[in-house]
Amino acid sequence: MSDQPDHVVRSFDNELKRLRAMITEMGGMVETQVSLATQAILQRDAAAAARAVEDDVKVDALERDIEQFVIRLLALRQPMAADLRHIVAALKMTGDLERIGDYAANVAKRSIVLAQYPMGYSFSGLAHMLQLVQAQLKAIIDAIGNNDTEQAIAVWKSDARIDDVYNTVFRELITYMMEDPRNITSCAHLLFIAKNLERIGDHATNIAETIHYAVTGQVLTDARPKSDNSAYAVVRPPE
Amino acid sequence: MSATTLSAAGAIPGPAKDLRVSEALGRSRHRRNMIVKALCFAATAIGLLFLASILATLVWRGMAGLSLTVFTTSTLPPGSNGGLLNAIVGSLIQTLIGAAIGTPIGLMVGTYLAEYARDSALGNSVRFVSDVLLSAPSILIGLFVYQLVVNPFNGFSAIAGCLALAVIVIPIVVRTTEDMLRLIPATLREAVIGLGAPKWKMITLVCYRAAREGIMTGVLLAIARVAGETAPLLFTSLGNLNWSTDLTKPMASLPVTIYQYAGSAFQDWIDLAWAGALLITLGVLAINIIARLVLRRGV
Amino acid sequence: MSVTTHPSHGLGALKTSPTEDLNTAKIAMRGLDFFYGDNRALKGIALDFPNRQVTGLIGPSGCGKSTLLRVLNRMYDLYPGQRATGEAMMDGINLIGDDVDVNALRARVGMVFQKPTPFPMTIYDNIAFGVKLHEKLSKAAMDERVEWCLTRSALWGEAKDRLHTSAMGLSGGQQQRLCIARTIAVRPEVILLDEPTSALDPISTLKIEELIDELKSDFTIAIVTHNMQQAARCADQVAFFYLGEMVECAPAAQLFTAPREKRTQEYVTGRFG
Repeated sequence: MSDQPDHVVRSFDNELKRLRAMITEMGGMVETQVSLATQAILQRDAAAAARAVEDDVKVDALERDIEQFVIRLLALRQPMAADLRHIVAALKMTGDLERIGDYAANVAKRSIVLAQYPMGYSFSGLAHMLQLVQAQLKAIIDAIGNNDTEQAIAVWKSDARIDDVYNTVFRELITYMMEDPRNITSCAHLLFIAKNLERIGDHATNIAETIHYAVTGQVLTDARPKSDNSAYAVVRPPE
Repeated sequence: MSATTLSAAGAIPGPAKDLRVSEALGRSRHRRNMIVKALCFAATAIGLLFLASILATLVWRGMAGLSLTVFTTSTLPPGSNGGLLNAIVGSLIQTLIGAAIGTPIGLMVGTYLAEYARDSALGNSVRFVSDVLLSAPSILIGLFVYQLVVNPFNGFSAIAGCLALAVIVIPIVVRTTEDMLRLIPATLREAVIGLGAPKWKMITLVCYRAAREGIMTGVLLAIARVAGETAPLLFTSLGNLNWSTDLTKPMASLPVTIYQYAGSAFQDWIDLAWAGALLITLGVLAINIIARLVLRRGV
Repeated sequence: MSVTTHPSHGLGALKTSPTEDLNTAKIAMRGLDFFYGDNRALKGIALDFPNRQVTGLIGPSGCGKSTLLRVLNRMYDLYPGQRATGEAMMDGINLIGDDVDVNALRARVGMVFQKPTPFPMTIYDNIAFGVKLHEKLSKAAMDERVEWCLTRSALWGEAKDRLHTSAMGLSGGQQQRLCIARTIAVRPEVILLDEPTSALDPISTLKIEELIDELKSDFTIAIVTHNMQQAARCADQVAFFYLGEMVECAPAAQLFTAPREKRTQEYVTGRFG
């Protein structure tokens, strides 16, 4: 939108800018939530966990604001072409961001439970996954801010890596559970955490598709490179 | 004056405005307005005064001469209680025939100007000539017909009078027909053409219908105009003191009779002249009212 | 990664009907130029009006969209100094050729104007007028024709009891529907609508739009409009005109969600000049 001349109705330009600002703000809030959740898990930081959960209320409120604003724009401005795509995209992205916020809050909640259990096994797979997801999220929020389709496509493609790590973590955690039944509670929570992180990656991918359509008007149609095959994972206990 | 209540507008940003200057300007504008208004009223009053006095005199003197014999008896020598029957009938015949000849010609010329020759050189010259004819002194037209019809043939005749009146009718009908046809919006014409209608059908079936009231008004006004014409008839139908409906002979008409009687030395003739003048005025008035009603119904 | 031009959101798919000839062009324009004197008002237009579909023509004032309709209906013949060159083929005939019987052509390519233009006669005669130009019908057949076209133009219910009263007494919206009825009464194949609702209130506008939707099963329709929502609602394909050129022609859903051309994009989003 930035390479185009202004609208004849200047207040419409201001409204579109405001919508953009709201989405970026929401992206920033969700990004913070995820990094708080990461901190909560890796450093057993209960305060960070609490803040991540609290922030979710604000994210939800902002989502409702954006929805109302989008409905108002659609009704009053009857946008066309790029404007229409960007406004509808904002509506879709706000939903994705809200889900990401929910997952982050859920991860943070589980971290509080986890903190009560001793960690008798390696955490590196999950740490790697957290790192990847954070990078992914940062990239996609930058892409929103800059209407950067290149970056969006990069995010869209790299989701496969998160899925790969997720599969590894999944097998790893099952192995820990089989090794020592006392790990079962913590590992079960970790499984859900890993699943949540994987879902965050998927929503980032959705946002990438939305950005691409909003900017170019064309839909990314190829089957996304997806390799979450934990659904078929079989880990046999040692004989 | 209410202009002072506007002085609270100082809060609006923008170039400053001196409210005292604008108030002074407003007052002087108001004064000048009053002066011009007073002058207009005065002029109207003077005009109306003359008009009213003419009408009052006409009605007063005309009513005096008006009686049933005016309508039942032809013109007779002074002192023998004559009427105006031959003049009234003569006027009706000549006016109607004149209009009957002039209207179709005027209608066709007006149609030609409006529909076929809007911007052509020929159209412009025809329009110019027609406009000149419209304002030409009617005595000239009388002389023209005199030269053309009366002189070469067997002298004065009613038909020559009819022709002279027709020549006066033509430019009036041309002008109103053209104006009325031009008033028809281009979109209506295009709508007719858009259905696949040829141009002549567009003109005859739709344009005339749309302009009907206006054209009829023009014709009525033309009749009203020629009903009171004296000068062209002096050289053509001449006037006739006896009853005659023969178009090839001189024929009486109200205006000419008025002209002859009003200048005479006999009081009963003068009274009849006044009565005739009143009759013409009432007739013209009636036609004008009818024309207005027709136009109003159309709009 | 591949990319499709038609978004799969259900926004993009062109409405299709089983009839096989829908995608053949009823009128095919190629290299069509139009001149008002020396002023070239249309520049090399290449555009198809697909059979029995609605083509919307949009663009800023003076872009040539109305001019295009006036070319196809040969309305410009009325005015000296206006001429068209190039090709506008309908069923193998060049509409702008010199040898075309213009009146017969206008019966095949009907036109409805911006302002309702009822003729100063009764409702019945308004319709019979056009029919009588091209056909000789018995009284009964004419009655039937009048009822048929008034029904098709959704006016029969309102007009059937006043067929023999003046058409000038109808409301603006009714007058415009009468004009459409009058146009379809002569059984044209193509109907050109030049901003047919710009003088009407919103409800009358919707009625006309509904009518257009209804009529396209039988007629090929082209509609010029300043109202983009209207073009989006009515048209199957939309062509954007600017300064006498046809900038872009695409399915309505595509043109209004993802136009290819920058000028189209700027116009439909309200960023022009």
